[in-house]
Amino acid sequence: MNFGPLVFLAAFFAVAGSWCGFVLAPQLQVGHLQQDKVVGTGNPYPLARPGLAQQGLQVYRANGCASCHSQQIRQTGTVCDVLLTDAGTNHAALIAGLLQAKPSLTESDAKALVAKLPQPIVQGQTKEQADAAAKVLNAAGGKALVWIAPVGPDIARGWGQRRTVAEDFLYDYPVMPGSQRVGPDLANVGMRLPDANWHLLHLYAPQHAAKGSTMPPYRYLFDKRKIDAVASPDALVMPTDLMPPPGYEIVPKGEAKALVAYLLSLRADAPLFVSPFTAATPAPESTNAPASTATTNAPATNPK
Amino acid sequence: MPAPAPTSAPLAAPASDLAVSLRVPLLILFVSAGIWVVIASAFGLIASIKFHQPNFLADSLSLTYGRVRPAFLGSMLYGFCIQAALGVSLWLFVRLGRAPLAQPWLVIVGAKLWNLGVTIGVLGILIGQQSGFEYLDVPGYAAWIMMLGYLLVGVAAVLTFHRRIERNLYVSHWFVLAALFWFPWIFSTAELLLIKYPVRGMAQAAIAWWYVANLKGTFFPLAGLACVFYFIPKLTSHELHSRHLALFAFWMVILFGGWCGVPNSAPLPAWMPTLSTVMSVLMILAAVTVALNVHGTVDGRWSKLGANAPLRFLRVGVCGFILAIILSAVSTVVDASHPVAFTWLTPALAQLNYYGFFAMVMFGAIYSLLPRLLGVGFPSPKLVRAHFWLALLGLLLAVAPLGIGALFEAPALNNPNVPFLQVVKGTLLFLRVSTLGDLLLGVGHLLFCANIVGIALRFFRPRVVSAYDTATADLFAAEGCS
Repeated sequence: MNFGPLVFLAAFFAVAGSWCGFVLAPQLQVGHLQQDKVVGTGNPYPLARPGLAQQGLQVYRANGCASCHSQQIRQTGTVCDVLLTDAGTNHAALIAGLLQAKPSLTESDAKALVAKLPQPIVQGQTKEQADAAAKVLNAAGGKALVWIAPVGPDIARGWGQRRTVAEDFLYDYPVMPGSQRVGPDLANVGMRLPDANWHLLHLYAPQHAAKGSTMPPYRYLFDKRKIDAVASPDALVMPTDLMPPPGYEIVPKGEAKALVAYLLSLRADAPLFVSPFTAATPAPESTNAPASTATTNAPATNPK
Repeated sequence: MPAPAPTSAPLAAPASDLAVSLRVPLLILFVSAGIWVVIASAFGLIASIKFHQPNFLADSLSLTYGRVRPAFLGSMLYGFCIQAALGVSLWLFVRLGRAPLAQPWLVIVGAKLWNLGVTIGVLGILIGQQSGFEYLDVPGYAAWIMMLGYLLVGVAAVLTFHRRIERNLYVSHWFVLAALFWFPWIFSTAELLLIKYPVRGMAQAAIAWWYVANLKGTFFPLAGLACVFYFIPKLTSHELHSRHLALFAFWMVILFGGWCGVPNSAPLPAWMPTLSTVMSVLMILAAVTVALNVHGTVDGRWSKLGANAPLRFLRVGVCGFILAIILSAVSTVVDASHPVAFTWLTPALAQLNYYGFFAMVMFGAIYSLLPRLLGVGFPSPKLVRAHFWLALLGLLLAVAPLGIGALFEAPALNNPNVPFLQVVKGTLLFLRVSTLGDLLLGVGHLLFCANIVGIALRFFRPRVVSAYDTATADLFAAEGCS
């Protein structure tokens, strides 16, 4: 018997199977994603990166930055904190409530807490526990909020506020989530290190900005120029030991500026339905996350 | 059921005719593959050195780490691995089907196009036109030239298969036929959906992972195991232990291999990484059946067969296959609770797959078939053995330190109290050792190249000399008269 056609068909259907699973299904499920709404404000997320940052994405691709840097924040779970923002008027009832919500407190501790609001009362709870505690405090006349806080080593490192989700890459081409962390994760580098000059200097002399770094310098993204009549406003402000010879200046090329614009646009700081969190501080104005997205102190709505 | 297919590869074919049809095409493929593997190790070595000396070649735009590493992968995977696989597959089609190669010119043109494509692709990466998708880094325009080249070779292979005289299929036939179709399907799908008509957002990453899983989890195992099940029985003169176990491995590889690519950390719906983990675990079935089958075939006589260099390569390749699958499965399962993703384990496992398994099997197959293709032995069997020891030692030194280093790196990376630069610093010692491994591999590749060129010269020299003598005989005669 000639098994040739059988082998061909077996191979064909096996490829087709994995194609349906990991090409077609992702395309149907995440390939048609639209802008999401930021939890709380309803603003659209993500917004397309500005033009210079889009050019920077191509610099990132061309120089293979993704060989060493991932853009995937992992999250091991979500916990809830209860925050007391206002003591109300009936302090005795509130202190009784506090003792009920957090039995480990002593009465004097509770009094001290109430004196310095806002204060986190309980941390690292499940949603049910936190809701129960908040209910007790609210009933006692205080104003308690439940905060949602993603947890995990990456988040503890300050690399992000929540896990990376498919929406974060919606408008990028190519998508480069990376597979290795030879260097730190960059999913939120724009939020973590918002200073463009720091980035330029770091690209020019990584070991200077981060001692012991194994990142290669990207001096080819900079021009060493003779200063004409006036120094370029773009010229790098150099520490003394890196200074070019007198009369010269180091000026970032267009690629360097674009790359930094892209790095600064990396900020997944919007709480989404699929990955909620309560933003602790107002997010600064940025193109990728509207200013109002994360400013609210209202409890994030629970997706459940 | 018909009479069972011969369980040992056909030994007595009109070997000379078959070999003659293959000589030029295979030599082109193997010599090019040999050159690419040397180029790849040069890139690999540069990339490796950059970890100790970030300033090494730093002012060269084209040789920044982020370009050298994709250039290394491109020349290793497409220049060497797939090119060698094409050549060995043609040998298998011809020998197993007992029919001479159909349309050798197609293979010659195809091989030239493939090499042109890979060359343009690697140069494209160096000038900053990489696609941004790992393992598919060659720019789109180069990929289509490669694709065309592959198709030409593939057509010749299918025609050869069609004309086979031995109608019963040996197990290697199953593997090699599936592999032949597999690559163009996955490669063209990935090129179309990622580069020509790119899909949106994370669907790109999903497709890129699907491609890599199919390349490393299915194409390499199919092409590699075809060689394992052909050359090990041949070199040991034992029949294959079990055809059924081999076919079971075939089904496992094609059913599960292509699903193993999505990492746990992927920002994709949770069912995808979960399914990938399940499939990685199921791949262990393939590893176990291959282990049983090879063990049964050799029947505990490795030690007696030890002096045979091709067999040694194949043996290491089989171990690499089993280890790569088991370690990948273990690491994906462990990763869910104790993340090992993003550490040096990822590249270590990848290298164990494409080098420890696939390249080693290809070396073994090429060393085994070249003397039969050309009818002459290697000029220096010592150099073949030297390549083996360099490859084995280099492989151990390149892969093991990264894997062991990852065991220290992973807990540090997951402990937010350890500063990141300290995590990096902790890996440097292991990286240094692996650079040494890369160096040994590179020297081994030079020997590989020298061996192939050596045997080709040994084959062609008498022919060239006699042709020269014939062509100039009149001249000498005339001179003699005057």
